[in-house]
This record gives sequence, C-alpha cells and structure tokens, in this order.
Amino acid sequence: MLIDWIIFLGLALVAIASGLGLLLSKNAIYAALNLIVNFTAIAIFYLVLAAPFIALAQVAVYAGAIMVLFLFVIMLLGAERLGGASTLRWQRPLAVVLALILIAETALVFINRSGAAAPIGAVSADFGSPAAIGESLFSAYLLPFEVISVLLLAAMVGAIVLTRKREQKA
Amino acid sequence: MFFEEAVSSGPQFFNLAPWIVFFPVIGLLFNMFFGGRILERSRAGEKIVGGIASLAAGLSFLVSVLLAISLNGHPEGMVVPLADWINIGDLNIRWAFQVDTLSVTMMLVVSGVGTLIHIYAIGYMHEDVRHNGDPSRFRRFFVFMNLFIAAMMILVSGDNYMMLFVGWEGVGLCSYLLIGFWYEKGKDGIGNALAAKKAMVTNRIGDFGFLLAAFTIFWTFGTFEFHTIFEKAPEIAATNPGALLFITICLLIGVTGKSAQLPLYVWLPDAMAGPTPVSALIHAATMVTAGVYLVARSAEIYVLVPTAQFWVTLVGSVTALFAATIAVGQFDIKKVLAYSTISQLGFMVAAVGMGAFVAGMFHLVTHAFFKALLFLSSGSVIQGMERGHHHVEHDPKLKKQLKGHAHDFDPQDMRNMGGLRERMKTTYWVYLIGAIALAGIPPLAGFWSKDEILADASKEFSWAYILLTLAAIFTAFYMTRQILMVFFGKARTLAAEHAEESPLIVTAPLMILAVLSFFGGLINLPFDGFHQFAHWLEHTLGEYAHAGEFILPVALLSTALALISVALGWWLYNARRYEEFWAIPAARRPDDPLRAYIGPIYEALKNKYWVDELYWAVFLNPYIDLSRFLADVIDWRFWHDWFHDKVIMGGYNLLTRLLAIRIDLGGIDAAANGLAVLTQRIADRLRQVQTGYVRNYALSIFVGVVIILGYLLLR
Amino acid sequence: MTPIQYYTALSAILFTIGALGVLTRRNAIIVFMSVELMLNSANLAFVAFARSFQSISGQVFVFFVMAVAAAEVAVGLALIVAIFRTKHNINIDQINSLRG
Repeated sequence: MLIDWIIFLGLALVAIASGLGLLLSKNAIYAALNLIVNFTAIAIFYLVLAAPFIALAQVAVYAGAIMVLFLFVIMLLGAERLGGASTLRWQRPLAVVLALILIAETALVFINRSGAAAPIGAVSADFGSPAAIGESLFSAYLLPFEVISVLLLAAMVGAIVLTRKREQKA
Repeated sequence: MFFEEAVSSGPQFFNLAPWIVFFPVIGLLFNMFFGGRILERSRAGEKIVGGIASLAAGLSFLVSVLLAISLNGHPEGMVVPLADWINIGDLNIRWAFQVDTLSVTMMLVVSGVGTLIHIYAIGYMHEDVRHNGDPSRFRRFFVFMNLFIAAMMILVSGDNYMMLFVGWEGVGLCSYLLIGFWYEKGKDGIGNALAAKKAMVTNRIGDFGFLLAAFTIFWTFGTFEFHTIFEKAPEIAATNPGALLFITICLLIGVTGKSAQLPLYVWLPDAMAGPTPVSALIHAATMVTAGVYLVARSAEIYVLVPTAQFWVTLVGSVTALFAATIAVGQFDIKKVLAYSTISQLGFMVAAVGMGAFVAGMFHLVTHAFFKALLFLSSGSVIQGMERGHHHVEHDPKLKKQLKGHAHDFDPQDMRNMGGLRERMKTTYWVYLIGAIALAGIPPLAGFWSKDEILADASKEFSWAYILLTLAAIFTAFYMTRQILMVFFGKARTLAAEHAEESPLIVTAPLMILAVLSFFGGLINLPFDGFHQFAHWLEHTLGEYAHAGEFILPVALLSTALALISVALGWWLYNARRYEEFWAIPAARRPDDPLRAYIGPIYEALKNKYWVDELYWAVFLNPYIDLSRFLADVIDWRFWHDWFHDKVIMGGYNLLTRLLAIRIDLGGIDAAANGLAVLTQRIADRLRQVQTGYVRNYALSIFVGVVIILGYLLLR
Repeated sequence: MTPIQYYTALSAILFTIGALGVLTRRNAIIVFMSVELMLNSANLAFVAFARSFQSISGQVFVFFVMAVAAAEVAVGLALIVAIFRTKHNINIDQINSLRG
C-alpha cells in the first residue's frame, strides 16, 4: 500500500504548504490562490476517501464559486494589501503559543490512539455516489435540506440588502 | 326537675321563683317598645302604660305570695337554679333563686309595697309630668320603676353574693336614673343631676367595700354560694378570724353606702330630688333596706365576729340619733322624711348588728309600710299645694294678692302650708296614722317593731339602748312638728288656702298602706303564741332568730317618752302659738320657734351639722385640688408636656434622626451605594476586556478551546 | 488504505493553521478565508469518518456545511463590502466601535 502513503503524504504536504501560504502571504490575491490549491488537494482526499460527489462539489462550490467570489471582492475593493502597523502586538505571539499547544494536544491524541486504530474495510462501489447522497438527502435529511434552501434564500436577500446603496431620503 | 318530690304536705310553687324577676322585665320591655306609641295614640295611654307596669309588679307580688304559701308547707325553702353564669376554673357562679323565709319576706315587701306605689304613681306622675312640662317621660318612669323591681328581686332572691351584687348594682343604677329623672331641673339647672351623681358616687364607695368583701369571700371560701359559706364559716372563724373580720367590716362599708348610714348617708337627703313615688319606693321602703337584708342574710358570719357586730350596732345607733336630730331642723317636708328614714334605717342596722335579726327585719317590714305611706302622703300634700298654687295663678283676682314671689314658690316647704287638715281630709288621716306609727305610739305597727329592737338592746347593749331611745324621742318630736306645721293652724299661703285633695288612684294606695301601718304589728306581737314572724324566720336564721321578749318597763318608758315628746311638740307648734309666732314681722321672726330656746344648736340642726360642708372641706375640695393638680401638673405639664412631648416625642425624633441619618443613610444606604460603586468600578475594569476587536474575542474562544481540550485529555 | 487517524491529524493541523490565520491576520478577507480553511478541515474529518464508519451521513453533513459556508460567504462578503463603503478600509482592527 505504498502508493496510498505516497499519495496521502504528497497531498498532505500540498495541503499544509498551501495552508501556510494562506497564513503567511502578504497579498490577499496570493492567499486566495493558496486556498484554491488547498481546496483542490482536499478534493482529491475526498476522492481517495470514497466521496466522489463531495469531491466534485468541493471543486465546483469552493474552489470554483466561493473563491471566485473572494477574488472578485478583493479586486473590487482593491484591498490586496493593508498598510499600518499591527495594533495588537501581543496577540500574535500568544496565538502562536496557543496554536503550538493545540498541535501538541492533537499529537498527544494521535500518539495515544494510533495503536488502537481499526483497519478500514472496503466499501461498495456506489458508496458516496451522487445517487446514494441524493437518496439520503431526500429521505432521512429531507427537512434539513429544505431548511438549507430557506437559509440560502435568506443569505441571498441579506447580501442584496447589505450591499445595496442607501437611497437618500427626500 | 329542679327539686325533689314533695316530702311534706302543702302546694309547691317553688319553680315559679324566676318569674318574680321575669314579670317586671316583661313589663319594662313592653313599655320600652310599645309604651311610647300607646301614649301617643291612646287617650287612656297613661293608664295602659302605668297599668301594665303595675300589673308586672302585681304579678311579681302574686308569685311572691305563692312562694310564701309553698314555704308554709315546706319551710326549709329551696334553691331554684335557672342557668349557669360564670364558669372559670374554680369560680362557678350560677343564676339561682334562694327561696326561703328571709328572702320571701323581702320579696313580699318589695313587690307588695312596690305594686301599691306603682298604682299611686299612675295618678301622681300624671300631674308630675305635666307640671314639669314633659309628658313623654311618663313611659320612662315606669320602665325604670319596673327595672328597679326586677333588680331588687334579683338582690333579695340570689343564692350567692355575686347575684346579690348584681341586684345591688342594679338598684343603685335605678336609684341614679330616678333621682335624675328631672335631670334638667334643680339648682342652676343641674341640681338634680348633681344629686343623682352624688348618690352614684357615694354608693360607689360602699360598693367598693362590698367588692373587697366579695373578693375576700372567694379567696377564703372558694365560692360565693350562701349555704356553702355559712357551713364553712365556723371552721374559718377558728382558723382565720382575720379574714372574717375583714369580710364583715367591708360588708358594713357596703351597708353604710346602700342603707345611708354614717358616714355615707349624705346622698339620701339629696335623693329627694326624684319624684315622690321614687322616694317612697327606693329611698324609703325597699332599696335602702338592702343593707339590712345583707347583714341579716350574712347573719351566720356576723354572729361569729363580735367586733363586727359591735361596729354595726355602733354605726346603726349613732346614725339613728344623728339623723333624728337633723330631721328636727328641716323645713322641706320630704327632707324631714328623708332624715327620718336614715334614722329608722339606723334602728334596723343597729338591731341586726346586735344579733336581733328578727327585730331588725320586723322593723324593716313595718317601716316599709309607714314610711312608704308617709312619703306617698307627702307627695299627695305637695301636689295638693301645687294644685292650689295653680288655681291661684289662674285666678286674676287671687293673683293680685300674690306678693311677687309666684315663681319661686316652693310647694315642699312646710312653712308655706298649714291648715291642710280641712282641705285634704284623706291625706291628713293617713298621714296621721303613718306619723303615729313612726313615732312609736301603741298599738300601731311602729311601736311593736321599735319596741322589740329597744327590748333587745336593753338586755346587752345598754349604750345602744340609750342612743336609740333618744332617737325615738326625737322621732316623736319631729313628726309632731311636721303634722302641726302641715295640717294644723291656718293656711299661711294662698296656695295652701286653695289646696285640693288628690284623686282616688292616689289616695287608694294610701289607705291600704294606712291599714298595713295600723295593723302591721300583728305579724309579730311579742307575746307568747304570737311570734309568727320570728317562727317564720327561724326556718332560715335558725337559732339566731330568737323571739323578742316583751319587757314592760322598756315598753312603758318608750311610750311615755314618746308621749312627752309629742306633748313638747304640741306645746311648741300648736296652732295658737305658731300663729302668734307667724304674726311677728318677717324681719324679726326667726325661722322656727325652737330657735328661741336652743339657738346655736338649732342652727347646727338646720344645717345638718355642716356634714356636707365638712365633706367638701375635708374630702371633696382636696380631692378636686388633687385632681386638678394631677390633671394640670402631673398629666398635662409633666406627662404631656414633659414626658410625652419632650421625652417620648423628642426621644423618638432623636432616635428616628439617628436611625435615618446614621443607620439608614450612613449604614444601609451607604452599603447599597457602596455596592453600586464597587460594581461600577469592577465593571469599569471589566469593560476594558470588551476591546471591540474581533480578533481578541476569537483569541479568548481559542484559549477556551485549548484549555477544555487540555482538560479532557489530562483528566 | 491510510489509517483514519492520519486524516484527523491532517485535519487538526489545517484547523490550527486556519485558527492562526483568524487570530493573526488583520485583513478581513484573509480572516474570512482562514475561516473557510477551518471549515474545510472539519469537512475532511467528516468525510474520513464517513469512510471509516461506512456511513453516508458524514458526507451529507459535508454537503450541508458547504451550503452554510456558501450562505455565510455571501453575507460575510456583503458585510465587508458594506463596511468598506463607510470606512474605506477592511482592517478589522479598526472596526472596534463596540468597544466597552
């Protein structure tokens, strides 16, 4: 199963690297591009993990639509870079320390539980297929699905209301 | 039922006993609710109202007679319980009627004389309420009279001291109400009210003694019931003689108040302010004898305490002489009789004090007859005078002869009378009988009863005998004086000249009473085989009811002295001599022929020895000064101004100021404000945490995440 | 097949990076993108567990998360645009009007 490990480690490196790129890049455009790379890597992970529908949705919705929206806004506002010094000087070191602690804690979990990992069995061919997802969505998760549609409508209306220019009162 | 089956013969009506009280109560309730309407609607209203009141008293008398008949068959008597009254712990008092020979004697006198006086009052009050200008009071008079009969019946029939006390206070109340019947009349428009108040207050002093006695009785005996107390009395006399002495002396104080003895007699002369039937019924025949009844009822206690007997005798005999002398100096026809009553009550009290209970009760009965007779006759005389005066005032020819004193004419002043013998024949004759009976001339009732007292006194209490004999001499003298001044000689005023006799409804009771006064002595003639009254009372008083002896020297001496006294009176006040005396011009004429012989002493008699003035100087003025002092200085200045305003109010103000400023503002408010300030300061600090920077908030969430995860891992 | 805990470990690392981005960056858009990264790390864990437990529910949840994320981005970006209109800046450190 070497090939599995190679794929995993390679994609993991890409994902982490692009994540760090997002974190460290000064320019918002670079950050967005890094995030697109990251999303794509994760989409491949989804494929590996027998979720082809989700993988495609990831590429289409995230890496496609959402990131385009981001880039569009960045460019619209011309806010690629921010000037001025940091106002909260102690925030950054503290955040880093906390992040390291979180990583350490995760490592602790990882080390503690690695021996007890159950082997992952094979799954049927149509596991994660659009048909399977659709069946689940329109049966067990019908109500949340419908509520999501209301949420999207509300978000749509909200976005329009927020960005609309205020009309001068007569 | 209430009593066991008859053992001996004779009819029994004992269970009727409560009706002696119920009948008068029904009568007074009827008159109270319907009397006013009857008086308004019916022309014969007065006769109906008075008739019902008289009927109530008469039915009470009937029941008394039935009880007396029952006692003939069952002389041991009976206690007829009616209801429980007070039950508190050991204190058990009930309404129960003691029917025995002593109480039935009193019932007969009260209801019998009372009925006659009720009938008399129908005629008397008819004119009285018109003369005084308020006919609407007719009803009230009879309501009070019936109330009096009821209360008096409770007094004499109670089987315990508390019930007796209820009656005792009840008759005192009626006395007060009836003395003040014309409350807006009298000197300065309040004279009668003051007289009523005086009677009330003086009686309170006596009642205070009674109450102390009652408390001590309960404390000593644990009960108020007569028979239990009398059974235990000898035992207590041996173990605790002080208590018995205290009880008897305190009862004596009650007696001096109610029976008008020294030193509390002063209210009775003033009580003459009431209508004359009231004077006759309450202040001569019945209520004032309650004290005598009380001592006779408590005979079994008194015989155990010789000291108390001595004091009772002393008070009685001294009062008898004292009041008899004052009567000599009075001009008001009713005042003479009032002092005479005090004097005669002194005879009775002295008798029961000496242990001569039968003699005392005997005199009580005969005195009720002839003193009621005398008072009622004097009422007839007074109204005869008023009718004469009225006649004169409405006759223009006669009115001219009046010498400007038409309005201050006093129909009760004997100096305004004279010669009424011709104009008021019936009244004259009955008055004469009453006077002879009172003077103690045989064979009328007063002789027998007085002689029995004197005979008893002569045996053991020679000093009392002397005092009472002297009193008897004065009695004969002042009655002679009164008869001569009122009925003999020539009329001294136009009113007396035109006086008219009273109607039959007034004179009929007088004639009945005259007969009783004449023959009343027959109930207890002091000869062997005649002591009916003594034997009658023996059933109640037992060994203490010794029959009076007839001591010929005593009887002869007192009769002789009475006759001498009458002769002396005749000598001083006979028609010829009195007219000569009256012919002296007014400026040089003394008020009474007697003054020529005993000048200063007469002044003392006329002014009643200045006892009222003495009481004013010694008790009342200091008392008023004391109350003023208490009111002005102690209560107002000290208590109100200083203690109340300064100490309590000032102190309270100070305290409230302290509480408000120091405790409330300084402590509680400050604590609350301090807490608020503290909260504000903490909030000021905590506010800094709310930086407004989203990243700070995110950081704090992140810290939370790390810590919680750490906790979950490391726990 | 790579054991599932490696996926979760990767997910944790990506999450930490996203969190760091939220905490340290001042550019509102980058903060937003960091949030998206955190969401994706969660999605990754979801899918990995769905694979591990062979339950389709994990994948359905990811679908929902995506929908919510899309709505969030739409509103969030609209907010940023609105803020920019008034402040001419998207530095979140300058948006502190709610300071206590």
